[in-house]
Amino acid sequence: MKITREEINHLAQLSNFSLSDEEAKSLGTDLENIIKYISQLDELDVKGVEPTYQVFEMENVWRPDEIQPQEADREQLLALTKEQQDNQIKVPKVL
Amino acid sequence: MKIADKNTTAVSLVEEALKKAQKFADYHVFNFLDNENALKKAAEIDKRIKKGENVGRLAGVPFAIKDNFLAPVGSTTASAHILEGFVSPVTATVIKKLEAEGAILVGRTNLDAFAHGSSTENSYYGPTLNSADQTRVAGGSSGGSAVAVALDIVPFATGTDTGGSIRQPAAFNGIYGLKPTYGAVSRYGIVAMASSTDSIGFLTRTPEDMDLLMSICAGQDPYDMTTLPDFYNTNTDDLRYFAPDGERNIASEARNDGPERACRKSSSIRVGAIKDFDNDTVHPEIRQALKDKVEQLKQKGHEIIELDMPMLKYALAVYYIVVPAEISSNLSRHDGVRYGFRSDKVKNLDDVYANTRNEGFMAENKRRIMIGNFVLSSGFYDAYYLKAQKVRTLIIEEYAKAFEKCDFILTPVAPNPPFKLGEKVNDPVAMYLEDVMSTPINLAGLPALTIPAGTTKDNLPLGLQLIGPRRSDANLIELSKELM
Repeated sequence: MKITREEINHLAQLSNFSLSDEEAKSLGTDLENIIKYISQLDELDVKGVEPTYQVFEMENVWRPDEIQPQEADREQLLALTKEQQDNQIKVPKVL
Repeated sequence: MKIADKNTTAVSLVEEALKKAQKFADYHVFNFLDNENALKKAAEIDKRIKKGENVGRLAGVPFAIKDNFLAPVGSTTASAHILEGFVSPVTATVIKKLEAEGAILVGRTNLDAFAHGSSTENSYYGPTLNSADQTRVAGGSSGGSAVAVALDIVPFATGTDTGGSIRQPAAFNGIYGLKPTYGAVSRYGIVAMASSTDSIGFLTRTPEDMDLLMSICAGQDPYDMTTLPDFYNTNTDDLRYFAPDGERNIASEARNDGPERACRKSSSIRVGAIKDFDNDTVHPEIRQALKDKVEQLKQKGHEIIELDMPMLKYALAVYYIVVPAEISSNLSRHDGVRYGFRSDKVKNLDDVYANTRNEGFMAENKRRIMIGNFVLSSGFYDAYYLKAQKVRTLIIEEYAKAFEKCDFILTPVAPNPPFKLGEKVNDPVAMYLEDVMSTPINLAGLPALTIPAGTTKDNLPLGLQLIGPRRSDANLIELSKELM
């Protein structure tokens, strides 16, 4: 399967990467090779087979709906960001 | 592993570990060493021992964590630029459990960024070198942890195994590495990769140490909804096959206060050998190592069952669809806003996301995120993601059928011995093919234990893996003692 430059750009956009032209080209080649490899599943017939999304054996784990003390408080979490103001995380303008 | 014999002190054990870490600095094992705090904690343990206090089953034992375990000890980087400077305010459950038993955290070990890789070459901080040959890779992604244990810097280190990341570096460095049953050990406080296959485990030099660590760390965690109630310490059905009548069970003695586990009287077991893995794509010296261990099992009176498992050859393709899909979702949280690195080339919020992620992720991270977005995108979802999850069902069924015929399976961990640095790093598919025998186990949620299996003629370490049904972790460790 050939991956076009438009498709690479679309995947970069979905992934939120500002790829350089050079990077887009080399990732495009890599992705093509990987997709070629994973496409070998085409030769299998899976009609009537149920998918498995997870292998955990339990259905549900319940806990009482109570507020528990947390390891990290607001100050500690805010301290991890680059910029903060009035207990909020500050980012550059949206538009 | 304990220092209860009083012939040594916690301080001298920690000093020795730190000295060795220094001596082997050129292997690039550690991203961070916590010299000062480790020595302080060791001195406290020694004081408590003097007072006659109960200091735990790992009192004074130095250990290292893979640098994707959160703790307010240095920066948790996952060897990725995008997490640079991130000092976690929370501590992983496993670290808490180990420290509660008196173990002393000395440092953070190198990995492929976000655990994406099989050689530790995808680390932003550069590769870790193999413990037996510095021109070769350590394996990955838990390469730093494997080399830390193999060089005897620490007696054990933690790891994560999403598709072989504990077992393959353990094999490449000639030590033990356990990927437990999915859900056996809490994932709370570990940087997520692929949530349906991520498993937390250990790298050790002996099966006894592995058993002790599992008995300490297994069990349900209210902070991880995918942990199973403790079966490791309580399962008594047909566990501990191998301890013959009257022989002391060393493992349960090591856990001085652990419950006794029942031993099945029969000492003969059935071990499966997969025919589909015995071909030219596997290095001849690995095939020979497997034959030698099979012979050893036969001589001990165990039965060898030949298995046809034709679905396994599709497991790698399934893995490189399902896992990137989960990665693309799990890694979307790294956006430069709340923690870690943020690009300074920004005019607006979109630049923060796109430039931070572009500068902060390694090429392999980007490949996996983009493949994940590809297989999940409309038009390709049915052909790739949904189909892969159906084939996953067939793989799980194939293991279930195999375990009707045998108790355990013995296979290589990887098709090749440790390869040269730079040999595969620019060819993603060649690197992925190294995972062909380790990934099916994760897709099925099974436990598997890497055991040392001699060396090549060039003295490169070789390893094999013992695979069992879910919840057979303790038995795998027990069986490995027969194969030393």
